[in-house]
Amino acid sequence: MDLSFTEEQEILKKSAHDFLAKECPKKLVKELDESETGYSPELWKKMADLGWMGSVLPEEYGGSGGNYLDLIVLLEEMGYNILPGPFFSTMILGAIPILQAGTEAQKQAYLPVIAGGEKIFTMALTEPSGKYDAAAVTVKATPAGGGYVINGVKLFVPDAHIADYILCVARTKDGADPEDGITVFIVDGKAPGIKTTLLMTLARDKQTEVVFDNVKVGKDRILGEVDKGWAIVKDTLRKAAVAKAAELVGHSQAALEMAVSYAKERVQFGRPIGSFQAIQHYCANMLTDVDGARYITYEAAWMLAEGLDATKQAAMAKAWVGDASRRVTLLAHQIFGAVGFTMELDLHLYYRRALAGAQAFGDSDYQREIVAQAIGL
Amino acid sequence: MDFRFTEEEEAFRKEVQAWLKEVIPQRWYDLGPGIWEETEESWAISRTFQKKLGQKCWLAPGYPKHYGGSEMTIGKQLVLSEELARADAPVSVDTAIAVGWVGPTIRLFGNDEQKEKYVKGVASGDMVFCLGYSETEAGSDLAALKTAAIEDGDEYVINGQKIWTSYAHYADYCWLAARTDPNAERKYDGVSMFVVDMKSPGITVRPIINLMERHSFNEVFFDNVRVPKENLVGEKNKGWYELMIALDHERSPSGGAAGFAKTLEVLVDVAKKRQIDKDPNIRQKIAQVAVAMEVSKVLGYRVAWMYSKGLHPSYEASISMMKASETLRNQAEVGAAVLGPYAQLRRESKWTVELGVIERMLLSCLSIGIGGGTNEIQRNIIAQRGLGMPRQKM
Amino acid sequence: MAWERSDMDFRFTDKELAWRDEVEEFIKRELPPRWAEDSLSWPGGYGIISIFEEHLKDACRDLWRKLGKKGWLSMGWPGWPGEKYTHTKRAIYGDIMSYYGAPAGNIATGIGAGTIIMFGSEQMKKEWLPKIADGELSFWLAYSEPNAGSDLASLQTSAVEDGDDLVINGSKIWGSGAHVSDCAWMVVRTDPRATKKYQGITMLIVPNDAPGIEIRPLINICGIHSFNEVFFDNVRVSKKNIVGEMHQGWYYLMVALGFERLAVPLGGFRRTLEQLVRYTKETMRNGKPLSKDPLVRSRLADIATKIEIVGKFYWQIAWKGDRGIDSETDASIAKLVSTEISKDLAFAAMDIMSPYGQLATDSKWAPLAGRVQLGYLDCISALVGAGTNEIQRNIIAQRGLGLPRGK
Repeated sequence: MDLSFTEEQEILKKSAHDFLAKECPKKLVKELDESETGYSPELWKKMADLGWMGSVLPEEYGGSGGNYLDLIVLLEEMGYNILPGPFFSTMILGAIPILQAGTEAQKQAYLPVIAGGEKIFTMALTEPSGKYDAAAVTVKATPAGGGYVINGVKLFVPDAHIADYILCVARTKDGADPEDGITVFIVDGKAPGIKTTLLMTLARDKQTEVVFDNVKVGKDRILGEVDKGWAIVKDTLRKAAVAKAAELVGHSQAALEMAVSYAKERVQFGRPIGSFQAIQHYCANMLTDVDGARYITYEAAWMLAEGLDATKQAAMAKAWVGDASRRVTLLAHQIFGAVGFTMELDLHLYYRRALAGAQAFGDSDYQREIVAQAIGL
Repeated sequence: MDFRFTEEEEAFRKEVQAWLKEVIPQRWYDLGPGIWEETEESWAISRTFQKKLGQKCWLAPGYPKHYGGSEMTIGKQLVLSEELARADAPVSVDTAIAVGWVGPTIRLFGNDEQKEKYVKGVASGDMVFCLGYSETEAGSDLAALKTAAIEDGDEYVINGQKIWTSYAHYADYCWLAARTDPNAERKYDGVSMFVVDMKSPGITVRPIINLMERHSFNEVFFDNVRVPKENLVGEKNKGWYELMIALDHERSPSGGAAGFAKTLEVLVDVAKKRQIDKDPNIRQKIAQVAVAMEVSKVLGYRVAWMYSKGLHPSYEASISMMKASETLRNQAEVGAAVLGPYAQLRRESKWTVELGVIERMLLSCLSIGIGGGTNEIQRNIIAQRGLGMPRQKM
Repeated sequence: MAWERSDMDFRFTDKELAWRDEVEEFIKRELPPRWAEDSLSWPGGYGIISIFEEHLKDACRDLWRKLGKKGWLSMGWPGWPGEKYTHTKRAIYGDIMSYYGAPAGNIATGIGAGTIIMFGSEQMKKEWLPKIADGELSFWLAYSEPNAGSDLASLQTSAVEDGDDLVINGSKIWGSGAHVSDCAWMVVRTDPRATKKYQGITMLIVPNDAPGIEIRPLINICGIHSFNEVFFDNVRVSKKNIVGEMHQGWYYLMVALGFERLAVPLGGFRRTLEQLVRYTKETMRNGKPLSKDPLVRSRLADIATKIEIVGKFYWQIAWKGDRGIDSETDASIAKLVSTEISKDLAFAAMDIMSPYGQLATDSKWAPLAGRVQLGYLDCISALVGAGTNEIQRNIIAQRGLGLPRGK
């Protein structure tokens, strides 16, 4: 058993940590949160130059031949620092599905430009029902003129308003089994008929409503096979859940550090409040939560990287980390007292994102149902 | 990163599983879960088993071969620990203490004679130790202990009283912490460690019945008990530090979380039998405890992995212990939800489910998180050693 | 078989029920249209309350005047002429006002008036109380300082005697509503050489328009301007504005804490729960209303139970008040329990509405007008404001249970 990162991963982690601290300070984070696009093209380019977008892509497509674990290393640091922008969407909801299910032509068309930081991707999966099971896919794709026409509404789609390509999960066939008859289409982000509206959210993250109004898409844009797309979606959901868990671990770690640091400095009643047992116990509980969250995420991530069946572990990780990160950020606020309730202090950025992350790609209740099935219930 | 055991470790796992199947009598399972000390019969079964473990050099697997260990790698120790837990093997708590605390301290600080006699005795399973630590006024604040050991010629004379002494009524020896310098300025100085023969005149063992109506711990009275000077281990008045150092050095990975898996199976089985396995609330609760078990497991792995790398856990072991205790309590709670009214039924009851494992757990989980260092003390350790938080001035 | 003695009775009397109807009719009539519907408040939070917000200032004052005319702002003021209101009646009033999110009073009508009546000079009573009773005056709480939060007694803002005046220098922080109020209800240090830090503190009223006061807005994490930093630069105030005796301020402050006993937004919790229940009945997921989802039912049942328990505390405190049974810890327990519910309610709403709960007010998809995400943020203020829950627990443990103070 080896619970350490490789040397390369350690280097990646440290360099990402330092890079983000320098290039994406909280001032920029807040500006990006207020902005419409939610990302900085300059920063995006620098990340591409560092090879971050290529980290999980094979060399033949312009990547560095790393694996899913490398991405997790990056995402944890991105969570720690907070990095607004479409990295998650592009890599987890675009690059990985295409890498795993795309034809050679599609891989050639899309992966290198992802590696180069030239194109932004996302996946439109959730619909107004807010559910993540196959039956929830009702956006329709009907055959027409040699291709397909897509109609319907997608909701909570990250970064669709800036995406060059949207992987749209649509229903091409109705049948007895809802998992049969789903197809994933790689749609141009600005195709005629697509209307994106930014949703205003708690975390100020860029989630959108995407309306598909007779959006035409060619057969060459089908990812994988017609009607057989659910397998791709399931896999993406699983990887997205664990990737999000990694981000959440980063958020939690940052909140913990802020709280502990404050508890050591803040003096009341003639002594640092960190010397009071109640505060110490909060911190101990937070650390327990963070460490547990970290290792269960790593276990799930490692299994995914190894190509093992991570159905149970991924669900466990997401369920646990979702709840734990909300607990941790709340306790951190408690320790900060009134000061934590201001916009000026950065802590609330983590509290907000902890919630958004917990609810993305299946909330804890949803994940626990998967666990229930996996343990034989 | 790799969460797998090696091929060799997995092969060893199979070997252990096969051996346990062969050696643990079915009678043990018929008697019911976790009752190694309760009756003469169960005690006898557990002692026999432990001696067999000792013969295989698996009772103290990390010890040097010379003392009856097998110098087993951490990875294999973890596997062994997991399989013992999974099989609900008759390994009693006193053994864990003897192997984990007594043996290592004597190995580090005892003289050759003591090492030959006691370390071998511990590793073989032939010697039963009880822990003479806690007193009525010295629990979490152990250093406040008062049981005195006064030099008198070739001997020390011990007077005082210990409490919560598990298995004192079965023990061959007491691993005793006593005050040899009552005038020490700091309470941590002036404490010494002794091996005391439980057959010595002047020792009275008085049972305390625990809330499970079982006799496992005791009060032990020392009334002018004479102990040869050779039975002092290490340096006089340096006992506290010896204990701390030995604890720090000790490297026994705990695979105890594997024991949770059995309970989880019980919960799932019972949920199905009661036809509540489709109830989303029940599913959520069981899933939650399954997740908590997994978290507990990986936190245990983290500690083991640190040992294997020669790294020094400071707070990680405390987190692991605390998490395990929370998981056990959570398990009991969920067990009550799943079993419904059946959760209350004791083993002897006609309609008992799984030999009353949940009823037992509902009570036994109360001692988890208290014995061996309360969760509050654990949290203090985590905060202070893990996060550098300042100590409260007393 | 009939028992002869009179048993416990959880019902209201007819008079009390009639009172409740009266209050409800009045408030529905007098509140601006859609007041409750448009309110972004979360029950228990301190960050989004109408009485602290600039754009609602006139509406609040308007209502206070109307309440003042009814004599309702001075309910429970001991020795105040006019009708006598029992604690239970006041509790009923508070519950209804909270249900409609109505600005039932402010620091002046609560802490201020109560303290003046108990400890103020006759002159102070004459000068201030009528205006407060009429709804013409509002106070903001000038207590906390950057270095004096939970440890309020270490406050440093000083007031030095100069003839008939006191000259104030220092700063206060977290003053909710300072920017919309008339005067500061303030504690200052008047004897820097007192042996114990809580001796040498004086309580006084400082008009906001006194020269030398600078109010600087702070934006809370809900994005709302509710609290402020306020700087005092040689601010002169007549000694007549001292409440009671010099150097006795800490004692008055401690007594005044008891006035907070019934400051529980019970009606607000009820209303929010009703809205949540309605939402789950009206919202379909996978062809079924959310209200049929066993997990949702379980969660809401839990919240409903907790709110019911808060209610039990609330009515019991009122009942004790009417019997002259005092308790040092009622205020702390009430605060602790209701703020924890505020948080539980927000978390439950978020989970039930997942993922919609995150949507902000301007989003067309936002359920409950996006109040849930604001409440999810605001509930934090509930847990740390008006005396952190850690301090409340200390008070309960030490004063309620006699546990010893840490050194």
